[in-house]
Amino acid sequence: MVSTIGSEASAAVTVKRRRARRGLPRVPWVWVLPAVVLVILLRYVATAAGGWYAFTDWDGISREARFIGLDNFREILEDPVSRGALENTILLAVTFVAAANVIGLALALALNRTLKTRLLLRALFFAPVVMSSLAVSYIWQFIFSYTGPLNRFLDAVGLDSWQRAWTGDPTWALWTIFVVLVWQFAGLAMVMYLSGLAGIPDELDEAAAVDGASAFRRFWKITLPLLAPAITVSVTLSLIYGLGVFDQVLALTGGGPVDASETLATQIYKQTFAFGRFGYGAALSLVLTVLITAMALAQLSILRYRERRL
Amino acid sequence: MHRYTWRTFSRELSLLVIAAVWWIPFYFLVTIALKPDLEALASPLSFPQSVELGNFGTAWSQGSLGRALVNSIVLTGGTVVILVALGSLCAYTIARRAGAMSTALYLLFVLGIILPFQLGLVPTYAALRELGLVGTYAGLILFYAGIWMPFSVFLYTGFARALPREYEEAAQVDGASQLRIFRKVVFPLLRPVTGTVAIFTGLIIWNDFFLALIFLSGTDNTPLPVAVYSFVAEFASRWNLVFAAVIVALLPVLAFFVVAQRHLIRGFTGGIKT
Repeated sequence: MVSTIGSEASAAVTVKRRRARRGLPRVPWVWVLPAVVLVILLRYVATAAGGWYAFTDWDGISREARFIGLDNFREILEDPVSRGALENTILLAVTFVAAANVIGLALALALNRTLKTRLLLRALFFAPVVMSSLAVSYIWQFIFSYTGPLNRFLDAVGLDSWQRAWTGDPTWALWTIFVVLVWQFAGLAMVMYLSGLAGIPDELDEAAAVDGASAFRRFWKITLPLLAPAITVSVTLSLIYGLGVFDQVLALTGGGPVDASETLATQIYKQTFAFGRFGYGAALSLVLTVLITAMALAQLSILRYRERRL
Repeated sequence: MHRYTWRTFSRELSLLVIAAVWWIPFYFLVTIALKPDLEALASPLSFPQSVELGNFGTAWSQGSLGRALVNSIVLTGGTVVILVALGSLCAYTIARRAGAMSTALYLLFVLGIILPFQLGLVPTYAALRELGLVGTYAGLILFYAGIWMPFSVFLYTGFARALPREYEEAAQVDGASQLRIFRKVVFPLLRPVTGTVAIFTGLIIWNDFFLALIFLSGTDNTPLPVAVYSFVAEFASRWNLVFAAVIVALLPVLAFFVVAQRHLIRGFTGGIKT
Protein backbone atom coordinates (compact mmCIF):
# COMPACT_ATOMS: atom_id res chain seq x y z
CA MET A 1 0.00 0.00 0.00
CA VAL A 2 2.65 2.39 1.14
CA SER A 3 4.85 1.38 -1.74
CA THR A 4 2.03 2.00 -4.25
CA ILE A 5 1.53 5.55 -3.03
CA GLY A 6 5.26 6.04 -3.12
CA SER A 7 5.51 4.76 -6.67
CA GLU A 8 2.55 6.89 -7.75
CA ALA A 9 4.19 9.93 -6.18
CA SER A 10 7.50 9.19 -7.83
CA ALA A 11 5.69 8.68 -11.17
CA ALA A 12 4.06 12.07 -10.74
CA VAL A 13 7.43 13.60 -10.02
CA THR A 14 8.91 12.07 -13.18
CA VAL A 15 6.00 13.37 -15.26
CA LYS A 16 6.51 16.81 -13.78
CA ARG A 17 10.25 16.68 -14.46
CA ARG A 18 9.73 15.47 -17.99
CA ARG A 19 7.26 18.30 -18.57
CA ALA A 20 9.67 20.82 -17.15
CA ARG A 21 12.33 19.50 -19.47
CA ARG A 22 9.98 19.63 -22.45
CA GLY A 23 8.99 23.20 -21.57
CA LEU A 24 6.29 24.98 -19.66
CA PRO A 25 2.82 23.67 -18.97
CA ARG A 26 0.24 25.38 -21.12
CA VAL A 27 -1.15 28.65 -19.83
CA PRO A 28 -4.84 28.02 -19.05
CA TRP A 29 -7.37 29.57 -21.41
CA VAL A 30 -9.43 30.67 -18.39
CA TRP A 31 -7.00 33.57 -18.01
CA VAL A 32 -8.32 35.26 -21.14
CA LEU A 33 -11.93 34.97 -20.00
CA PRO A 34 -12.50 38.25 -18.07
CA ALA A 35 -10.98 40.45 -20.78
CA VAL A 36 -12.69 38.56 -23.60
CA VAL A 37 -16.13 38.69 -21.97
CA LEU A 38 -15.70 42.41 -21.25
CA VAL A 39 -14.70 43.21 -24.83
CA ILE A 40 -17.31 40.98 -26.48
CA LEU A 41 -20.13 42.47 -24.40
CA LEU A 42 -19.08 46.12 -24.30
CA ARG A 43 -17.59 46.44 -27.76
CA TYR A 44 -19.13 43.87 -30.09
CA VAL A 45 -22.58 43.16 -28.62
CA ALA A 46 -23.11 46.83 -27.70
CA THR A 47 -22.06 48.00 -31.17
CA ALA A 48 -24.34 45.47 -32.85
CA ALA A 49 -27.23 46.55 -30.61
CA GLY A 50 -26.49 50.19 -31.45
CA GLY A 51 -26.65 49.24 -35.13
CA TRP A 52 -30.13 47.80 -34.53
CA TYR A 53 -31.45 50.76 -32.49
CA ALA A 54 -30.33 53.12 -35.28
CA PHE A 55 -33.22 51.79 -37.36
CA THR A 56 -35.83 52.20 -34.60
CA ASP A 57 -37.67 55.05 -32.90
CA TRP A 58 -36.87 53.81 -29.37
CA ASP A 59 -37.45 56.47 -26.70
CA GLY A 60 -35.23 54.82 -24.10
CA ILE A 61 -38.10 54.00 -21.75
CA SER A 62 -40.67 51.76 -23.41
CA ARG A 63 -40.09 48.01 -23.59
CA GLU A 64 -40.37 47.83 -27.36
CA ALA A 65 -38.41 49.60 -30.04
CA ARG A 66 -40.30 49.98 -33.33
CA PHE A 67 -38.40 49.31 -36.55
CA ILE A 68 -38.74 52.36 -38.82
CA GLY A 69 -36.29 51.55 -41.61
CA LEU A 70 -34.24 54.46 -42.89
CA ASP A 71 -36.43 57.19 -41.37
CA ASN A 72 -33.76 58.29 -38.87
CA PHE A 73 -31.16 58.69 -41.59
CA ARG A 74 -33.59 60.56 -43.82
CA GLU A 75 -34.20 62.93 -40.92
CA ILE A 76 -30.45 63.41 -40.34
CA LEU A 77 -30.04 64.55 -43.94
CA GLU A 78 -33.21 66.65 -44.05
CA ASP A 79 -33.22 68.31 -40.65
CA PRO A 80 -31.09 71.49 -40.89
CA VAL A 81 -29.67 71.05 -37.36
CA SER A 82 -28.35 67.51 -37.77
CA ARG A 83 -27.33 68.12 -41.36
CA GLY A 84 -25.45 71.21 -40.22
CA ALA A 85 -23.86 69.18 -37.43
CA LEU A 86 -22.68 66.62 -39.98
CA GLU A 87 -21.19 69.31 -42.22
CA ASN A 88 -19.60 71.12 -39.27
CA THR A 89 -18.04 67.88 -38.05
CA ILE A 90 -16.41 67.12 -41.40
CA LEU A 91 -15.29 70.71 -41.99
CA LEU A 92 -13.84 70.99 -38.50
CA ALA A 93 -12.07 67.62 -38.63
CA VAL A 94 -10.48 68.24 -42.04
CA THR A 95 -9.29 71.80 -41.33
CA PHE A 96 -8.08 70.80 -37.86
CA VAL A 97 -6.07 67.86 -39.22
CA ALA A 98 -4.47 70.02 -41.90
CA ALA A 99 -3.57 72.93 -39.59
CA ALA A 100 -2.42 70.87 -36.60
CA ASN A 101 -0.20 68.67 -38.75
CA VAL A 102 1.34 71.49 -40.79
CA ILE A 103 2.12 73.49 -37.63
CA GLY A 104 3.26 70.36 -35.78
CA LEU A 105 5.61 69.42 -38.61
CA ALA A 106 6.98 72.95 -38.85
CA LEU A 107 7.67 73.02 -35.11
CA ALA A 108 9.28 69.60 -35.23
CA LEU A 109 11.59 70.59 -38.09
CA ALA A 110 12.48 73.86 -36.38
CA LEU A 111 13.47 72.32 -33.07
CA ASN A 112 14.78 68.99 -34.29
CA ARG A 113 18.50 69.66 -33.80
CA THR A 114 21.12 71.80 -32.18
CA LEU A 115 18.82 74.13 -30.22
CA LYS A 116 19.93 74.58 -26.63
CA THR A 117 16.39 74.92 -25.29
CA ARG A 118 15.05 72.02 -27.36
CA LEU A 119 13.65 70.08 -24.41
CA LEU A 120 12.06 73.15 -22.84
CA LEU A 121 10.41 74.14 -26.13
CA ARG A 122 9.13 70.63 -26.66
CA ALA A 123 7.62 70.63 -23.17
CA LEU A 124 6.01 74.05 -23.65
CA PHE A 125 4.28 73.05 -26.89
CA PHE A 126 3.32 69.61 -25.64
CA ALA A 127 1.90 70.66 -22.25
CA PRO A 128 -1.60 71.63 -23.53
CA VAL A 129 -2.02 68.10 -24.96
CA VAL A 130 -2.19 66.49 -21.52
CA MET A 131 -4.67 68.98 -20.10
CA SER A 132 -8.44 68.68 -19.88
CA SER A 133 -9.91 69.99 -23.17
CA LEU A 134 -12.93 71.28 -21.31
CA ALA A 135 -10.87 73.23 -18.78
CA VAL A 136 -8.55 74.90 -21.32
CA SER A 137 -11.52 75.78 -23.53
CA TYR A 138 -12.82 78.07 -20.79
CA ILE A 139 -9.63 80.15 -20.99
CA TRP A 140 -10.34 80.63 -24.68
CA GLN A 141 -13.97 81.46 -24.06
CA PHE A 142 -12.67 84.41 -22.03
CA ILE A 143 -10.17 85.37 -24.75
CA PHE A 144 -12.96 85.36 -27.37
CA SER A 145 -15.53 87.14 -25.18
CA TYR A 146 -16.77 90.59 -26.18
CA THR A 147 -14.71 92.47 -23.58
CA GLY A 148 -11.91 89.93 -23.83
CA PRO A 149 -8.26 90.21 -24.88
CA LEU A 150 -8.78 89.46 -28.57
CA ASN A 151 -11.17 92.36 -29.10
CA ARG A 152 -8.98 94.67 -27.00
CA PHE A 153 -6.02 93.71 -29.14
CA LEU A 154 -7.96 94.40 -32.34
CA ASP A 155 -8.98 97.78 -30.91
CA ALA A 156 -5.39 98.59 -30.01
CA VAL A 157 -4.10 97.89 -33.52
CA GLY A 158 -6.89 99.90 -35.15
CA LEU A 159 -9.01 96.98 -36.34
CA ASP A 160 -11.92 97.87 -34.07
CA SER A 161 -14.40 97.21 -36.90
CA TRP A 162 -13.43 93.53 -36.64
CA GLN A 163 -14.55 93.30 -33.02
CA ARG A 164 -17.41 90.93 -32.31
CA ALA A 165 -18.66 88.38 -29.80
CA TRP A 166 -16.66 85.61 -31.42
CA THR A 167 -18.32 82.59 -29.82
CA GLY A 168 -21.77 84.11 -30.31
CA ASP A 169 -21.33 84.87 -34.00
CA PRO A 170 -22.92 82.32 -36.40
CA THR A 171 -20.07 82.43 -38.91
CA TRP A 172 -17.21 82.60 -36.40
CA ALA A 173 -18.38 80.28 -33.60
CA LEU A 174 -17.14 77.16 -35.40
CA TRP A 175 -13.73 78.72 -36.01
CA THR A 176 -13.21 79.52 -32.33
CA ILE A 177 -13.48 75.75 -31.76
CA PHE A 178 -10.99 75.22 -34.59
CA VAL A 179 -8.47 77.62 -32.98
CA VAL A 180 -8.67 75.87 -29.61
CA LEU A 181 -8.30 72.43 -31.21
CA VAL A 182 -5.20 73.46 -33.17
CA TRP A 183 -3.68 75.29 -30.20
CA GLN A 184 -4.13 72.29 -27.94
CA PHE A 185 -3.06 69.50 -30.28
CA ALA A 186 -0.38 70.89 -32.62
CA GLY A 187 2.07 69.83 -29.88
CA LEU A 188 0.98 66.22 -30.19
CA ALA A 189 1.63 66.21 -33.95
CA MET A 190 4.98 67.90 -33.22
CA VAL A 191 6.06 65.14 -30.83
CA MET A 192 5.06 62.44 -33.31
CA TYR A 193 7.03 64.14 -36.10
CA LEU A 194 10.01 64.58 -33.79
CA SER A 195 10.08 60.84 -33.17
CA GLY A 196 9.75 60.28 -36.92
CA LEU A 197 12.64 62.67 -37.61
CA ALA A 198 14.78 60.92 -35.01
CA GLY A 199 14.58 57.78 -37.15
CA ILE A 200 16.01 59.48 -40.25
CA PRO A 201 19.81 59.16 -40.41
CA ASP A 202 21.68 62.48 -40.70
CA GLU A 203 23.94 61.02 -43.40
CA LEU A 204 21.17 61.06 -46.04
CA ASP A 205 20.58 64.76 -45.63
CA GLU A 206 24.29 65.51 -45.48
CA ALA A 207 25.03 63.49 -48.62
CA ALA A 208 22.32 65.37 -50.52
CA ALA A 209 23.66 68.69 -49.19
CA VAL A 210 27.15 67.76 -50.40
CA ASP A 211 25.65 66.95 -53.82
CA GLY A 212 24.31 70.51 -53.88
CA ALA A 213 20.59 69.92 -53.22
CA SER A 214 18.82 72.98 -51.79
CA ALA A 215 17.25 72.85 -48.33
CA PHE A 216 13.76 72.92 -49.84
CA ARG A 217 14.58 70.10 -52.26
CA ARG A 218 16.14 68.03 -49.48
CA PHE A 219 12.99 68.45 -47.39
CA TRP A 220 10.70 67.57 -50.29
CA LYS A 221 12.69 64.60 -51.64
CA ILE A 222 14.24 63.11 -48.51
CA THR A 223 12.69 64.20 -45.22
CA LEU A 224 9.02 64.23 -46.19
CA PRO A 225 8.94 60.78 -47.89
CA LEU A 226 10.82 59.25 -44.97
CA LEU A 227 8.32 60.79 -42.57
CA ALA A 228 5.41 58.99 -44.29
CA PRO A 229 4.87 56.51 -41.42
CA ALA A 230 4.75 59.34 -38.86
CA ILE A 231 2.36 61.29 -41.10
CA THR A 232 0.11 58.23 -41.36
CA VAL A 233 -0.16 57.85 -37.60
CA SER A 234 -0.49 61.54 -36.79
CA VAL A 235 -3.06 62.35 -39.47
CA THR A 236 -5.20 59.32 -38.68
CA LEU A 237 -5.18 59.96 -34.93
CA SER A 238 -6.02 63.65 -35.27
CA LEU A 239 -8.76 62.85 -37.79
CA ILE A 240 -10.40 60.39 -35.40
CA TYR A 241 -10.15 62.90 -32.58
CA GLY A 242 -11.45 65.77 -34.73
CA LEU A 243 -14.52 63.84 -35.86
CA GLY A 244 -15.53 63.16 -32.25
CA VAL A 245 -14.99 66.70 -30.94
CA PHE A 246 -17.28 67.50 -28.01
CA ASP A 247 -15.63 69.17 -24.98
CA GLN A 248 -14.50 72.29 -26.84
CA VAL A 249 -17.96 72.82 -28.34
CA LEU A 250 -19.75 72.52 -25.02
CA ALA A 251 -17.34 74.89 -23.26
CA LEU A 252 -17.08 77.53 -26.01
CA THR A 253 -20.44 77.76 -27.77
CA GLY A 254 -22.71 75.04 -26.42
CA GLY A 255 -23.44 74.30 -30.08
CA GLY A 256 -24.86 77.78 -30.67
CA PRO A 257 -25.68 80.40 -31.65
CA VAL A 258 -28.88 78.84 -33.04
CA ASP A 259 -27.15 75.47 -33.59
CA ALA A 260 -24.49 77.07 -35.83
CA SER A 261 -21.66 75.09 -34.22
CA GLU A 262 -23.29 71.76 -33.42
CA THR A 263 -21.22 68.64 -34.14
CA LEU A 264 -22.27 65.00 -34.39
CA ALA A 265 -21.05 64.31 -30.85
CA THR A 266 -23.00 67.21 -29.31
CA GLN A 267 -26.09 66.14 -31.26
CA ILE A 268 -25.72 62.55 -30.04
CA TYR A 269 -25.55 63.87 -26.50
CA LYS A 270 -28.52 66.24 -26.83
CA GLN A 271 -30.84 64.01 -28.87
CA THR A 272 -30.25 60.92 -26.74
CA PHE A 273 -29.85 62.21 -23.23
CA ALA A 274 -31.68 65.55 -23.27
CA PHE A 275 -34.57 64.70 -25.65
CA GLY A 276 -34.74 60.96 -24.93
CA ARG A 277 -34.58 60.03 -28.61
CA PHE A 278 -32.43 56.92 -28.16
CA GLY A 279 -33.14 55.51 -31.63
CA TYR A 280 -32.25 58.78 -33.34
CA GLY A 281 -29.15 59.17 -31.16
CA ALA A 282 -28.06 55.68 -32.18
CA ALA A 283 -28.55 56.63 -35.86
CA LEU A 284 -26.33 59.70 -35.37
CA SER A 285 -23.76 57.45 -33.65
CA LEU A 286 -23.86 55.10 -36.61
CA VAL A 287 -23.15 57.98 -38.99
CA LEU A 288 -20.22 59.10 -36.82
CA THR A 289 -18.92 55.53 -36.55
CA VAL A 290 -19.07 55.01 -40.31
CA LEU A 291 -17.31 58.36 -40.85
CA ILE A 292 -14.52 57.57 -38.38
CA THR A 293 -13.98 54.05 -39.70
CA ALA A 294 -14.18 55.01 -43.38
CA MET A 295 -11.91 58.04 -43.13
CA ALA A 296 -9.39 56.20 -40.97
CA LEU A 297 -9.27 53.25 -43.36
CA ALA A 298 -9.08 55.48 -46.44
CA GLN A 299 -6.33 57.57 -44.89
CA LEU A 300 -4.38 54.46 -43.91
CA SER A 301 -4.59 52.86 -47.33
CA ILE A 302 -3.69 56.07 -49.20
CA LEU A 303 -0.67 56.76 -47.04
CA ARG A 304 0.38 53.09 -46.98
CA TYR A 305 0.24 53.10 -50.77
CA ARG A 306 2.51 56.13 -50.88
CA GLU A 307 4.87 54.47 -48.42
CA ARG A 308 5.11 51.40 -50.64
CA ARG A 309 5.82 53.38 -53.79
CA LEU A 310 9.02 54.75 -52.32
CA MET B 1 27.57 69.64 -39.55
CA HIS B 2 25.30 70.97 -36.82
CA ARG B 3 27.31 73.85 -35.43
CA TYR B 4 25.59 76.54 -33.39
CA THR B 5 25.64 79.56 -35.72
CA TRP B 6 23.90 82.93 -35.53
CA ARG B 7 21.18 81.46 -37.72
CA THR B 8 20.60 78.71 -35.19
CA PHE B 9 20.43 81.40 -32.54
CA SER B 10 17.79 83.41 -34.41
CA ARG B 11 15.80 80.21 -34.98
CA GLU B 12 15.98 79.48 -31.27
CA LEU B 13 14.92 83.01 -30.40
CA SER B 14 11.91 83.00 -32.73
CA LEU B 15 10.76 79.64 -31.41
CA LEU B 16 10.95 80.96 -27.84
CA VAL B 17 8.81 83.94 -28.90
CA ILE B 18 6.28 81.61 -30.54
CA ALA B 19 6.22 79.46 -27.40
CA ALA B 20 5.59 82.57 -25.29
CA VAL B 21 2.66 83.54 -27.54
CA TRP B 22 1.41 79.93 -27.28
CA TRP B 23 1.40 80.33 -23.50
CA ILE B 24 -0.47 83.67 -23.35
CA PRO B 25 -3.72 81.86 -22.39
CA PHE B 26 -1.97 80.57 -19.27
CA TYR B 27 -0.93 84.12 -18.36
CA PHE B 28 -4.61 85.13 -18.36
CA LEU B 29 -5.52 81.98 -16.47
CA VAL B 30 -3.13 82.60 -13.59
CA THR B 31 -3.34 86.40 -13.28
CA ILE B 32 -7.14 86.54 -13.38
CA ALA B 33 -7.53 83.67 -10.94
CA LEU B 34 -5.52 85.76 -8.45
CA LYS B 35 -7.60 88.95 -8.76
CA PRO B 36 -10.43 90.06 -6.48
CA ASP B 37 -13.89 90.46 -8.08
CA LEU B 38 -13.69 94.20 -8.81
CA GLU B 39 -10.23 94.13 -10.32
CA ALA B 40 -11.04 91.07 -12.43
CA LEU B 41 -13.99 92.97 -13.89
CA ALA B 42 -12.39 96.40 -14.25
CA SER B 43 -8.92 95.49 -15.55
CA PRO B 44 -8.77 91.80 -16.43
CA LEU B 45 -5.60 92.03 -18.54
CA SER B 46 -3.25 93.94 -16.27
CA PHE B 47 -0.83 92.33 -13.86
CA PRO B 48 -2.68 91.74 -10.54
CA GLN B 49 -2.42 94.74 -8.15
CA SER B 50 -3.66 92.73 -5.20
CA VAL B 51 -3.73 88.98 -4.72
CA GLU B 52 -6.97 87.28 -3.70
CA LEU B 53 -6.26 83.65 -2.84
CA GLY B 54 -9.83 83.34 -1.57
CA ASN B 55 -10.94 82.57 -5.14
CA PHE B 56 -9.45 79.13 -4.78
CA GLY B 57 -11.28 78.51 -1.50
CA THR B 58 -14.58 79.61 -3.06
CA ALA B 59 -14.05 77.41 -6.11
CA TRP B 60 -12.95 74.47 -3.95
CA SER B 61 -16.01 74.58 -1.69
CA GLN B 62 -18.71 75.89 -4.08
CA GLY B 63 -17.59 73.54 -6.85
CA SER B 64 -17.14 70.51 -4.54
CA LEU B 65 -13.74 70.12 -6.14
CA GLY B 66 -12.35 68.03 -3.28
CA ARG B 67 -14.98 65.38 -3.82
CA ALA B 68 -14.48 65.65 -7.60
CA LEU B 69 -10.75 65.08 -7.18
CA VAL B 70 -11.45 61.88 -5.21
CA ASN B 71 -13.93 60.79 -7.90
CA SER B 72 -11.36 61.38 -10.64
CA ILE B 73 -8.79 59.31 -8.74
CA VAL B 74 -11.23 56.43 -8.16
CA LEU B 75 -12.47 56.37 -11.78
CA THR B 76 -9.01 56.62 -13.34
CA GLY B 77 -7.30 54.33 -10.84
CA GLY B 78 -10.04 51.70 -10.97
CA THR B 79 -10.01 51.56 -14.77
CA VAL B 80 -6.22 51.44 -15.04
CA VAL B 81 -5.98 48.59 -12.50
CA ILE B 82 -8.52 46.55 -14.49
CA LEU B 83 -6.79 47.32 -17.80
CA VAL B 84 -3.39 46.31 -16.43
CA ALA B 85 -4.45 43.20 -14.47
CA LEU B 86 -6.91 41.64 -16.93
CA GLY B 87 -5.10 42.91 -20.04
CA SER B 88 -1.69 41.50 -19.11
CA LEU B 89 -3.13 38.15 -18.01
CA CYS B 90 -5.10 37.78 -21.24
CA ALA B 91 -2.24 38.93 -23.48
CA TYR B 92 0.26 36.58 -21.80
CA THR B 93 -2.04 33.63 -22.51
CA ILE B 94 -2.51 34.67 -26.15
CA ALA B 95 1.25 35.12 -26.56
CA ARG B 96 2.21 31.77 -25.00
CA ARG B 97 -0.40 29.59 -26.72
CA ALA B 98 -0.18 29.05 -30.45
CA GLY B 99 -2.90 27.95 -32.86
CA ALA B 100 -6.20 29.11 -34.31
CA MET B 101 -7.77 30.06 -30.97
CA SER B 102 -4.87 32.34 -30.11
CA THR B 103 -4.97 34.01 -33.54
CA ALA B 104 -8.75 34.45 -33.37
CA LEU B 105 -8.57 36.08 -29.94
CA TYR B 106 -5.77 38.37 -31.07
CA LEU B 107 -7.91 39.47 -34.03
CA LEU B 108 -10.86 40.07 -31.71
CA PHE B 109 -8.81 42.62 -29.79
CA VAL B 110 -7.12 44.24 -32.81
CA LEU B 111 -10.49 44.81 -34.51
CA GLY B 112 -11.75 46.19 -31.21
CA ILE B 113 -9.15 48.97 -31.41
CA ILE B 114 -10.42 50.13 -34.80
CA LEU B 115 -14.10 49.92 -33.84
CA PRO B 116 -15.22 53.37 -32.54
CA PHE B 117 -16.97 53.28 -29.16
CA GLN B 118 -19.79 55.72 -30.01
CA LEU B 119 -22.17 53.23 -31.59
CA GLY B 120 -22.17 51.07 -28.47
CA LEU B 121 -22.87 54.05 -26.23
CA VAL B 122 -26.69 54.10 -26.35
CA PRO B 123 -27.23 50.35 -25.76
CA THR B 124 -24.56 50.26 -23.03
CA TYR B 125 -26.21 53.20 -21.28
CA ALA B 126 -29.59 51.44 -21.47
CA ALA B 127 -28.15 48.14 -20.19
CA LEU B 128 -26.25 49.75 -17.31
CA ARG B 129 -29.35 51.73 -16.35
CA GLU B 130 -31.28 48.44 -16.26
CA LEU B 131 -28.63 47.08 -13.86
CA GLY B 132 -28.79 50.21 -11.72
CA LEU B 133 -25.19 51.11 -12.60
CA VAL B 134 -25.72 54.50 -14.25
CA GLY B 135 -24.51 57.16 -11.84
CA THR B 136 -22.11 54.76 -10.08
CA TYR B 137 -18.33 54.42 -10.31
CA ALA B 138 -18.70 50.76 -11.33
CA GLY B 139 -20.82 51.48 -14.42
CA LEU B 140 -18.47 54.04 -15.91
CA ILE B 141 -15.34 52.06 -14.98
CA LEU B 142 -16.81 49.04 -16.79
CA PHE B 143 -17.46 51.13 -19.90
CA TYR B 144 -13.98 52.71 -19.86
CA ALA B 145 -12.40 49.27 -19.39
CA GLY B 146 -14.40 47.88 -22.31
CA ILE B 147 -13.29 50.74 -24.55
CA TRP B 148 -9.57 50.49 -23.73
CA MET B 149 -9.10 46.75 -23.13
CA PRO B 150 -8.34 46.01 -26.83
CA PHE B 151 -5.55 48.62 -26.76
CA SER B 152 -4.13 47.17 -23.54
CA VAL B 153 -4.20 43.55 -24.75
CA PHE B 154 -2.69 44.55 -28.12
CA LEU B 155 0.29 46.31 -26.50
CA TYR B 156 0.89 43.55 -23.92
CA THR B 157 0.67 40.76 -26.51
CA GLY B 158 3.27 42.32 -28.77
CA PHE B 159 5.66 42.69 -25.86
CA ALA B 160 4.94 39.29 -24.25
CA ARG B 161 5.65 37.46 -27.53
CA ALA B 162 9.20 38.81 -27.53
CA LEU B 163 9.90 37.75 -23.91
CA PRO B 164 12.36 34.82 -23.56
CA ARG B 165 10.89 31.77 -21.80
CA GLU B 166 13.99 30.93 -19.75
CA TYR B 167 12.88 32.85 -16.65
CA GLU B 168 9.52 31.12 -16.58
CA GLU B 169 11.18 27.72 -17.07
CA ALA B 170 13.60 28.35 -14.22
CA ALA B 171 10.72 29.31 -11.93
CA GLN B 172 8.81 26.23 -13.07
CA VAL B 173 11.72 23.94 -12.13
CA ASP B 174 11.73 25.61 -8.72
CA GLY B 175 8.14 24.43 -8.34
CA ALA B 176 6.26 27.72 -8.56
CA SER B 177 2.60 27.59 -9.60
CA GLN B 178 1.56 29.15 -12.92
CA LEU B 179 -0.20 32.10 -11.33
CA ARG B 180 2.83 32.68 -9.11
CA ILE B 181 5.14 32.57 -12.13
CA PHE B 182 2.96 35.12 -13.85
CA ARG B 183 2.84 37.43 -10.85
CA LYS B 184 6.46 37.17 -9.76
CA VAL B 185 8.32 36.61 -13.05
CA VAL B 186 6.29 37.63 -16.10
CA PHE B 187 4.42 40.68 -14.84
CA PRO B 188 7.57 42.53 -13.70
CA LEU B 189 9.12 41.89 -17.12
CA LEU B 190 6.08 43.51 -18.76
CA ARG B 191 6.64 46.74 -16.86
CA PRO B 192 7.40 48.99 -19.87
CA VAL B 193 3.98 48.15 -21.34
CA THR B 194 2.30 48.64 -17.97
CA GLY B 195 3.79 52.13 -17.94
CA THR B 196 2.53 52.97 -21.42
CA VAL B 197 -0.97 51.57 -20.77
CA ALA B 198 -1.26 53.34 -17.41
CA ILE B 199 -0.03 56.73 -18.66
CA PHE B 200 -1.91 56.77 -21.95
CA THR B 201 -5.28 55.44 -20.84
CA GLY B 202 -4.93 57.12 -17.44
CA LEU B 203 -4.56 60.57 -19.02
CA ILE B 204 -7.44 60.08 -21.44
CA ILE B 205 -9.77 58.84 -18.71
CA TRP B 206 -8.66 61.55 -16.27
CA ASN B 207 -9.55 64.20 -18.88
CA ASP B 208 -12.70 62.52 -20.19
CA PHE B 209 -15.74 64.78 -20.09
CA PHE B 210 -18.16 63.27 -22.64
CA LEU B 211 -18.77 59.88 -21.01
CA ALA B 212 -18.50 61.19 -17.45
CA LEU B 213 -21.17 63.79 -18.25
CA ILE B 214 -23.48 61.15 -19.72
CA PHE B 215 -23.04 58.50 -17.03
CA LEU B 216 -22.53 60.56 -13.87
CA SER B 217 -23.96 64.08 -14.19
CA GLY B 218 -26.43 64.91 -11.47
CA THR B 219 -24.74 62.63 -8.93
CA ASP B 220 -22.02 63.23 -6.33
CA ASN B 221 -19.66 60.95 -8.26
CA THR B 222 -18.69 63.38 -11.03
CA PRO B 223 -14.96 63.75 -11.83
CA LEU B 224 -13.14 67.09 -12.17
CA PRO B 225 -14.13 68.06 -15.75
CA VAL B 226 -17.85 67.61 -15.02
CA ALA B 227 -17.50 69.46 -11.71
CA VAL B 228 -15.82 72.39 -13.51
CA TYR B 229 -18.60 72.34 -16.12
CA SER B 230 -21.29 72.58 -13.41
CA PHE B 231 -19.31 75.25 -11.58
CA VAL B 232 -19.07 77.41 -14.73
CA ALA B 233 -22.80 76.99 -15.34
CA GLU B 234 -23.35 78.60 -11.93
CA PHE B 235 -20.60 81.24 -11.94
CA ALA B 236 -20.48 82.13 -15.65
CA SER B 237 -18.47 85.28 -16.48
CA ARG B 238 -17.05 85.56 -12.95
CA TRP B 239 -13.74 84.74 -14.55
CA ASN B 240 -11.61 84.96 -11.40
CA LEU B 241 -13.66 82.15 -9.81
CA VAL B 242 -13.98 80.15 -13.04
CA PHE B 243 -10.22 80.31 -13.60
CA ALA B 244 -9.49 79.32 -10.00
CA ALA B 245 -11.60 76.19 -10.60
CA VAL B 246 -9.84 75.55 -13.92
CA ILE B 247 -6.43 75.80 -12.23
CA VAL B 248 -7.44 73.34 -9.51
CA ALA B 249 -8.65 70.96 -12.22
CA LEU B 250 -5.44 71.29 -14.26
CA LEU B 251 -2.94 71.12 -11.38
CA PRO B 252 -2.73 67.33 -10.81
CA VAL B 253 -1.91 66.59 -14.45
CA LEU B 254 0.40 69.58 -14.68
CA ALA B 255 2.32 68.47 -11.58
CA PHE B 256 2.61 64.99 -13.06
CA PHE B 257 3.82 66.51 -16.33
CA VAL B 258 6.53 68.52 -14.60
CA VAL B 259 7.76 65.54 -12.57
CA ALA B 260 7.59 62.87 -15.27
CA GLN B 261 7.61 64.80 -18.53
CA ARG B 262 9.85 62.36 -20.35
CA HIS B 263 7.91 59.28 -19.30
CA LEU B 264 4.72 61.03 -20.22
CA ILE B 265 5.78 62.00 -23.71
CA ARG B 266 7.32 58.58 -24.23
CA GLY B 267 4.20 56.89 -22.94
CA PHE B 268 2.20 58.96 -25.37
CA THR B 269 4.19 58.28 -28.49
CA GLY B 270 6.55 55.43 -27.67
CA GLY B 271 10.32 55.52 -27.87
CA ILE B 272 11.31 59.06 -28.75
CA LYS B 273 14.98 59.80 -29.06
CA THR B 274 15.74 62.97 -27.17
